[in-house]
Parts: sequence; structure tokens; C-alpha cells
Amino acid sequence: MSIVLWAAALAFTATLMVSVGESRADEPIVITIKNHKFTPAEVKIPAGKRVELTVVNDDPTPEEFESKTMKVEKVIPGKSKATVRVGPLDKGRYNFFGEFNEATAQGFVVVE
Amino acid sequence: MLGALIIVFREVIEAGLIVGIVMAATRGVTGRGRMIALGTGAGVLGSAIVAIFAGAISEAFQGSGQELFNAAVLGIAVLMLMWHNAWMARHGREIAMEMKEVGTAVSEGTRPLTALAVVVGLAVLREGSEVVLFLYGIMASGTSGSSLLLGGVLGVGAGVAFTALTYFGLLAIPNRHIFSVTSWLIALLAAGMAAQAVQYLHAAGTVVALDRTLWDTSWLLSEGSIPGRMFHTLIGYTEQPTEMQLIVYVGTLFAMFLLMRVARYSPAKDKRVAA
Repeated sequence: MSIVLWAAALAFTATLMVSVGESRADEPIVITIKNHKFTPAEVKIPAGKRVELTVVNDDPTPEEFESKTMKVEKVIPGKSKATVRVGPLDKGRYNFFGEFNEATAQGFVVVE
Repeated sequence: MLGALIIVFREVIEAGLIVGIVMAATRGVTGRGRMIALGTGAGVLGSAIVAIFAGAISEAFQGSGQELFNAAVLGIAVLMLMWHNAWMARHGREIAMEMKEVGTAVSEGTRPLTALAVVVGLAVLREGSEVVLFLYGIMASGTSGSSLLLGGVLGVGAGVAFTALTYFGLLAIPNRHIFSVTSWLIALLAAGMAAQAVQYLHAAGTVVALDRTLWDTSWLLSEGSIPGRMFHTLIGYTEQPTEMQLIVYVGTLFAMFLLMRVARYSPAKDKRVAA
């Protein structure tokens, strides 16, 4: 029983390790959070590609960058930045928002 | 204030549902109160630590640290839940019988308690770190903070009350059914967690295969709504699941039942021989 558990835990850890050698996307797109708003509030990315977004939180308060449709959820502490990877996505408009300030923090990723 | 209350409440009920189920699943087991309290305490402490190091965690592994951390936390919780269910499949009947005969606590069961205390701790850790960050953010923003902070504190209170409601709701289930019901709940909980872990691994770029979306049920139940989030925690409801998520979900359920099956067989045979 416990051997099975250990084996599963090891396999899981191994899966995590493999991730490190991932290839990076080209130019990162930068979205800045200031006064609980995104700038730019709309970014364009190509369809069918994995794209890296750099989200800079210029506010002193933390924010959670989230999108149901792009399936991302990431907490960004105040005065720091985070990398969010999205896609590959089909053409369309995808909403993202700041979960801690949903009233103002809204934006879109337009996939072309 | 209401906004802060809702944000905090949403996070707390996700952990609360898990704690409520775990408490119901360990009904009648000695020392479970202490273990659950220990798990919760460790989770709260861990939340603060994770919140403090949120920036460092996020930047680790080329910016994928937070995703990998979440996936690891969920992965460990899934293993612990599997362990618990396998253990219960083996010993559940004895415990239920003893409960009927003695009507009080059962001495056996330190092992699954450890597993479940870890699950409680991890659930509190995951949701708690977001609550800590959110509340810290309110305090850091100063002036308008106090009413928001009150909202946040009320949100925690409401979440705890909700946990009690979950627990007492489950207690209404008759004794002889409680273990099969909680085993099912735990199996679904684990499958949902596994599917969520896969999504984090996808976000981190670790598991990118089979990532096509299968369907979209956001028109029926939005994952952002409170019922949507509850179903997300309870059964892993996702409005737009990917192929990989579905495979992992079904796979986890299958593995869980297989393990419970295997665990159940041997003691029954032993008993027959002994009789």
C-alpha cells in the first residue's frame, strides 16, 4: 500500500521536474495593473500558438489575474510581476479579470 | 464591504466544503477533532507563509512556480484522499459496527486521520493564502480599508458557518450509509482536484497534450457564481473542460474504485478463513 503511494508520489515529482526544460515563446506581451485597471485592456495574440503574457502589478495591493475561458488563475502580489501562459487558442475574444477588483479590472485577449 | 465579504466567503467555502466532508467521514473516530484542528492550524500558518513568499514562489521555475505549487498541493491531496478511501474500504465496516454496538468513539483509525489532516491542511493552505493576500492588500491600501476589512472578517465567519452547515447536513445521513456517502464524496472530490491539477500543469507548460476544449456549459452554470464554485470544489465542475481533464477525472475515479476494491477483498477472505 505505502509502496504504491511512494511510487505515485515519485512519479508525480518526476512529472514536475520535466517541466523545467520548456521552450519559451517569442516577444512577451506586457499588461500593467494600475489603480485596479489593466493597461492595455485589450491585447492581440495569434491563434493556435502558446503565448506568454507578462502581467505587471504596479499597485501596492495584490491581484488575482483570472480567466475562465483561457483557464488561467494567478495571484500577483503588489509591486511585482508574473508570467501567464495562454493558448493555443481559437480565434475570438477572451475575457480576463482581476478577481480581487472585478468591478474595474477587466480586459480582453483578442485572438486573430 | 459586501464585495470583500463575498470574495473572502468564496475562498473560505471552498476549503470549508472539504473540511466539512472530512469531518463527516471521520465521525466516531477517536482523536479526529484534534487532528482536524491540527490540520486547520497548520493550514492557516502555511497560508501566511505562502502569502509572504508569494512573489518568490511565483517567479520560481521560470515564472511557473505558482502553478506547479498548486498542482503539487492538489496532487498530494488526491493521493491522501485515495489512501483514506482505501483504508476505509478495508476498515469502514468494522468501525460502523463498533459505532452501532458501543455507540461511542472507535479507537482504530490513526492512519487515515493523518491522511485527512494533511488534506484539511492543504485545502486551508490553498484557499487561505489567497484570503491572507487579499486581506493584507486591504490593510496595505490604508484609508478605505477598515470597512473592507470588516467585510473580509465577516466573510471568514460566514465561511466557517457554512462549513458547520455542511458537516451537520452530512450528519443527517443515517449511520449505516454515512461511510459509503462520504467515500463517494471523497472520490469525486479527488477526481475534481486531479483535473484541476492538470489544468495548473497545463498553465505551467508541463502537460500540454490533449488541451482541446470539449464543451462549454457556462450558459448553464457559471464557474464564477457561488453555486458554480461549490460544484467546482465538490465534483470538479469545469465549464470548459479539456480532453486531458476529462481523462484524468475519469482515470482518478477509476483508480480510486480499483484501489478500494483491492483493499476490500483481503480482510473479507481472512475473516472467512478464521470463521
